[in-house]
Amino acid sequence: MRHLMSPMDFTVEELDALMDRAEDIKNHPENYNHACEGKTLATCFYEPSTRTRLSFEAAMINLGGDVLGFASADSSSAAKGESVSDTIRVISSYADICAMRHPKEGAPLVASSRSKIPVINAGDGGHQHPTQTLTDLFTIRSLRGTLDGLTIGLCGDLKFGRTVHSLINALVRYNNIKFILISPPELRVPSYIREDVLCKNNIPFEEVKSLEDAMPSLDILYMTRVQRERFFNEEDYLRMKDFYILDKEKMELAKKDMMVLHPLPRVNEISVEVDDDPRAMYFTQAQYGVYIRMALILTLLEAAKEDKDA
Amino acid sequence: MLNISGIHEGYVLDHIKAGMSLQIYHDLKIDELDHCTTAIIMNAKSNKMGYKDIIKVECPIDSLDLDILGFIDHNITVNIIKGDAIVEKRSLHLPKEVKNVIKCKNPRCITSIEQELDQIFVLTDPEEEVYRCKYCEEKYR
Repeated sequence: MRHLMSPMDFTVEELDALMDRAEDIKNHPENYNHACEGKTLATCFYEPSTRTRLSFEAAMINLGGDVLGFASADSSSAAKGESVSDTIRVISSYADICAMRHPKEGAPLVASSRSKIPVINAGDGGHQHPTQTLTDLFTIRSLRGTLDGLTIGLCGDLKFGRTVHSLINALVRYNNIKFILISPPELRVPSYIREDVLCKNNIPFEEVKSLEDAMPSLDILYMTRVQRERFFNEEDYLRMKDFYILDKEKMELAKKDMMVLHPLPRVNEISVEVDDDPRAMYFTQAQYGVYIRMALILTLLEAAKEDKDA
Repeated sequence: MLNISGIHEGYVLDHIKAGMSLQIYHDLKIDELDHCTTAIIMNAKSNKMGYKDIIKVECPIDSLDLDILGFIDHNITVNIIKGDAIVEKRSLHLPKEVKNVIKCKNPRCITSIEQELDQIFVLTDPEEEVYRCKYCEEKYR
């Protein structure tokens, strides 16, 4: 049974095929209106999430399928003490595919090992969030035409931000990628990303503090939010939260075809005045997240059917 | 000088780091083997190590999981005894996976709340001898 736990579960070739399909969905959505008729997606969200859950549900509805599920642990049998393994065994008999978010790291992997249907990791604690990475890759490829030869600036909380770690892991498989890691010293990428991923793969990178200095050389600027819940004391959070604010002035330093991405939600790290800049692509990115999830649901359901028929 | 007789069939685990034998006794679950005479020798003098521990177990061959031993310390010498003689000196390797030997210490890991799950660690970097939790990828060593 094929599942999606990490963006690295797909080879570069498989990712290309998935993104080709998402591109076709984007250009010809009408061809996919009935692609999942009679199929049901279960969204098992043990912690609240607006964007990811609705994005999955929109994807399945756009494919003509149905959706069932729960939006928090309180409204599920987890509140009564049921294990993830038991829950997925039951869900397997109600739905054809499952998207699971859980605050505990590895929970979707446990579910996948007991499941009779494909399981998609929709975020497990600070560990993985593969469909966000697929969204990021697809947005870049679709808007730039390639994932090769790019200088990518990652800005903000690079220490705790799982989207940043996953994106670096996924992008190092492409050619001539260069990273500029922009963060305060306290929020630099963890050593395993620096040593095990960047250094080991001979990927050029710089660690800098100034966003202004980095702006002129960037093809992509990936902004992230400093997350309050990652800090043990409020004082540190308050000191870090406004460290970077992308505004019109800084955008003037950037290339004309640079792209600003953000996994959203945004707080104040991107000033609303930037929203009208044609290079601000974060809302488009959210839209593209639906296309890539549609392609993913289709691909995993097809793989499950092949398994069943074999 | 302490004198312990030889064994007819079983294992002699030599060159164990001094003080580690009791942990190895438990990790190998030797206490769960039926009617197996076991000798644990602690702090024996060793030219190579200064002091070492030795475990002698009288038991059918292949009743011990040597993968676990490879994970604990792959420098341990494993002598396999049959008919009162050493028939094989087995070298140890780092196992690809260890199950229920160590526990994940990450409080955010699913194993912290679902106690019935096997504690599985996977060898992710043989050169650096790095093991990571199968579920949350937390590094063990």
